[in-house]
Amino acid sequence: MAKRIEVKDLDIYYDKFLAVQNVSLTIEPRSVTAFIGPSGCGKSTFLRSLNRMHELVPHARVEGTVVMDDQDLYGPNVDPVSVRRQVGMVFQRPNPFPTMSIHENVAAGLRLNNARISKGDLDELVERSLRAANLWNEVKDRLNKPGSGLSGGQQQRLCIARAIAVQPDVLLMDEPCSALDPISTQAIEDLINDLKADYTIVIVTHNMQQAARVSDTTGFFNLQGVGQPGQLVEIDDTTKIFSTPANQATEDYISGRFG
Amino acid sequence: MPTSTPERELDLESPIGGPPLVHGTLPRWAPQFTLVTAIAAGFALFAVGTAVGLAAIAAVLLYGLAIYSWSRPIEGARKAKDRVVTAIVASTFLLALLPLVSVILTVVSRGVARIDPAFFTFSMQGVVSEGGGAYHAIMGTLIVTGLAALISVPIGMLTAIYLVEYGKGKLARAITFFVDVMTGIPSIVAGLFAFALFALILGPGVRLGIMGAIALSVLMIPVVVRSTEEMLKLVPNDLREAAYALAVPKWRIIVKVVLPTALAGIATGVTLAVARIIGETAPLLITLGATSGTNFNPFDGRMATLPVFSYYEYVNPGVPPEPSLQRAWTAALVLIIIVMVLNLVARLISRLFAPKTRS
Amino acid sequence: MPATEPTADRPAPPRAKVKQRPGDRIFAGLSTGAGVLILVVLAGVAAFLLVEAWPAIIAPSDEIPGRGGLTLYIWPLLFGTLISAFFALLIAAPLATSIALFITHYAPRRLSQALGYVIDLLAAIPSIIYGLWGIFVLAPATVGPTRWLTEHAGFIPLFAGPPSATGRTMLVVIIVLAVMILPIISAVVREAFRQTPRLHEEASLALGATHWEMIRMAVLPFGRSAIVGASMLGLGRALGETMAVAIVLSVSGGVTFNLISSGNPSTIAANIALQFPESTGLDINALVASGLVLFAVTLAVNMLARAIINRRREFSGAN
Repeated sequence: MAKRIEVKDLDIYYDKFLAVQNVSLTIEPRSVTAFIGPSGCGKSTFLRSLNRMHELVPHARVEGTVVMDDQDLYGPNVDPVSVRRQVGMVFQRPNPFPTMSIHENVAAGLRLNNARISKGDLDELVERSLRAANLWNEVKDRLNKPGSGLSGGQQQRLCIARAIAVQPDVLLMDEPCSALDPISTQAIEDLINDLKADYTIVIVTHNMQQAARVSDTTGFFNLQGVGQPGQLVEIDDTTKIFSTPANQATEDYISGRFG
Repeated sequence: MPTSTPERELDLESPIGGPPLVHGTLPRWAPQFTLVTAIAAGFALFAVGTAVGLAAIAAVLLYGLAIYSWSRPIEGARKAKDRVVTAIVASTFLLALLPLVSVILTVVSRGVARIDPAFFTFSMQGVVSEGGGAYHAIMGTLIVTGLAALISVPIGMLTAIYLVEYGKGKLARAITFFVDVMTGIPSIVAGLFAFALFALILGPGVRLGIMGAIALSVLMIPVVVRSTEEMLKLVPNDLREAAYALAVPKWRIIVKVVLPTALAGIATGVTLAVARIIGETAPLLITLGATSGTNFNPFDGRMATLPVFSYYEYVNPGVPPEPSLQRAWTAALVLIIIVMVLNLVARLISRLFAPKTRS
Repeated sequence: MPATEPTADRPAPPRAKVKQRPGDRIFAGLSTGAGVLILVVLAGVAAFLLVEAWPAIIAPSDEIPGRGGLTLYIWPLLFGTLISAFFALLIAAPLATSIALFITHYAPRRLSQALGYVIDLLAAIPSIIYGLWGIFVLAPATVGPTRWLTEHAGFIPLFAGPPSATGRTMLVVIIVLAVMILPIISAVVREAFRQTPRLHEEASLALGATHWEMIRMAVLPFGRSAIVGASMLGLGRALGETMAVAIVLSVSGGVTFNLISSGNPSTIAANIALQFPESTGLDINALVASGLVLFAVTLAVNMLARAIINRRREFSGAN
C-alpha cells in the first residue's frame, strides 16, 4: 500500500504568482512526515500539490516533478481524479457529508470506485475502516444516523475512516487537529501512530509539539520575505530538527523567537 | 503490495484496487473537436432540408453519443459519464438562451417599423387604421408607475428599516414571512384587490389611474422591502456603533449613517422593482381600463398604459389589422427597451456606487 | 397579530437611562406602522376579495355564468390553471437546476455572474410580450411537431389530438410558462449551489470523485430543499400568470388532459383578464370569487415554498 514520494524542483504557481519555490524532498513510506512553518508559507499549498487538489484554484499550476513509486503525478495522461483516489486527504475542519449517514459517509468513496459492490462486502469494508480509525466502538450502534451528529473529534476520525476506506497509498492531513479540543487531538494523534504501519502519512501542522510527537521526519517551510515565495528551509529527522537544526531560521522558529 | 494485516489481501482488495494512475486520456482538444464535428453534421442535416430544431437536436445527441463512445473505452465509464453530463448541462443553458434570443429578435424585427416621431407624440384619438401613436399610453405608464413607486418606496423602505433596525420577535418574523409570501401574489389578484377596494368605496364600474397604482404597489412593496433589507444588513455594525458612541439618537443614525451607506443598493433595488412592475398588464386591465385619448389625471377616469395599449391593439385591431398589430409590437418593443434600460441602470448604480462590502 | 410591544417600549439599555427622544419615537412608530400596514394590506386583499365575491357565493346557481353554480364555473378554470402550471414546472424545474449548475459549477468563474444576468433577463421580459411571442412565433412552430406527436404518440392521452391548426394549445401555454418561471427557479437554486461548502466539495474530490460525482455527492444534496422551495415559487408564479395565457390559449372550456387540441380549459387568471372588462353585476362577483380561489391556492403554495426555503437556511446556518 504505502508508497514513497519523491519531489524534485517543484515550483507552485497561482497564475503568475509563485507561491512555493524549488522544493525537493523524499517522503518515506510507512512513516509520518510533518511540515511546520509560519502561516502563509506554502505548506498547505505544497501538501495539496501532492494530490493535485490545488488545481481547484483556477490557473494554478506546477513546474517540476512529483514521483510516487516511479509514476510522475504530473506526467502526461495522468488523471487528477485517479491521483486523488490514491492519495487520500483529511482536512482542517471535519467535513462529513451532512446529508449522509455514518455508514454512507464511509462508503461514499467505495461506491464511486465500485458501483456494484455487494452489501456484505460494503458493510465489511465500512466496519474495517471504522475500526482502523478507532471509531467503530463509538458508532457501531448508530451507523445510520447522520455523521454531523458526532462530536468534532469523532467527525474527524469519521473523515479519516472515509479517506482510508478506499485504501489509498498516501494519506495527506492538513492541520487535522486545528479545530479540535486536546482530548480529541490526542485520539487523532494516537490514530496517526497506528496508521503509520500501513500508510505513508504527510501532515501539516501549526503545532510544533504535535509535529514532535507524531512525526518521524519534519520539514520547515518559511517565507524569505513579504511577497516572496515560500521555501522548504530544511527537512530532517524530527529529533534532529527539534534538537540541533542545521539552519538558524529553523532554530529561531522552533524556539519561538519568531513566527 | 505488502500489507500488514492478512485480511487486506482478501478478495475485497481487488474491487477497490482503483484505476492505475496513468491510463488513457482523451487529447485536450477532444471536446472541441467533437463539438465542431457535431455542429458541422447538424448544419449538413439542415442543408439537406431537415428542420432547424431537428438538426440542432441531432447535433446535440451526436455530440453526446460521440464523446461517450470515444471516452468510454479509453477513459472508463465514470469519466465518460462526466463528459456526457457536462454536455447536457451546457446544452440546457443554450436551450434557455433560445427563447430569450427569439423573443428579442421577434419584438425588434416586428416593432422597429413604427419607431417614429409620431408614435411618441400622437395618441390614438380618432385613429382607425394607420398612424396614431402611444403618447398617451407612454405618459400613462409613467404616471401610474411613478405613483406606484411613490406609494411603495416609503412604505417598503420604512418596513425594511423596521425589520433591520427595530424589529424583533413575532411581529418582525410575521412581517418577514408575509413579505416573502406577498412576492408570490398573482398580479391579477392584486388588480382584483384594488378593484374590490374602490368598488366598495365608489361603487362598481369605477376605473381610475390611482387604482392601477395601488394594484402595482401591492406587487412592488415586497420587492422594495426585500432589496432594502438586504442592503441595510450589509451596512457594517461598526458604523452604527461608532455613531452610538458619539451619542447620536438612533433615528438620526439611521437617516444620516445607515441609509446613505446603503443608498446605492436601495436605488438598485427600487429600479429593479420598477422594472418588474412597469410591464404588468393584467392588474391595469381591470383597474384603469383603456382609452384612446390622453388623460393625465390619475384620479379621474380611464387611463391608457403601454402594456394594455399593446394588448388591445392586438385584441381589437382596426381594419385592416396590420397597422394595429404593428403598433402592438412597437409598444412591446418600447416596453422591452424601458425594462432593459432600467435593468442596466440598476446594474450600473450598484456597480458604480456600491460600498465595498462585497468583494 | 400581536401588538407592537417588542419594539414600542424597547427595554432601555441597562447601562444608561436613555430618554426616548420624540424623534426616535416618531421614527420607530413610522417604520413599525409601515410593517403593520403590509400585514393589513395582505389581510385586506383576502377581505375585500371575499366581500366582492360574497354575492356570487350566495347567489342561486342558475345566475352564475354557465348556469351550473359557482363550483361548476370555477372547477374547469382551476383544472386548467393546475394542469398548465404543473406541466410547466415539470419542464422548468430540471432545466433550471441544470442551468444553475452550469452557471455555478461549469462555466468559467469569471463569466458566472454575467451568465446569471443573462438568465435573469428572461424574468425581466413583460408577460404580455411572452404572450405575443407565444402566439405569433411559438404557436405556429408547434403545429408540425404536434401533428407528428398525434400520429406517433397519440396513444398517450396528453397527445390524443386532433392537433390544433393554429397552435393555440395548452402545450404552447405550458412551454411559455416554463420559460417564464425558469429564471425564477434558477435564481434561487443558483444562490443555494453557490453556497455549497467548499469543504464538502473538496472532501468528495479528495476521495477521487469526478466533477459530476462531486456534484452528486456534495452540491445536489446541499441544494435539494432549495430546489424544492424554488420549484414551489415557480409553481406559484405559473399558477397566477395571466396575460401570456390569455393571449395564447384558445378556450372552449372542457376539462381535458389533451394538451394539443384546440379545445382547452382556460385558467382562472386568464379568464378574469378576458371576461372582466366586459362584465357587470354578478358576473364580476363570480370572477372575483374565482380570483379568491386563485389567491388561496397561490398563497398556500407560496407559504409552503417559503417554509421549505427558510428551513434550509436554518439548517445550513449550522455549517
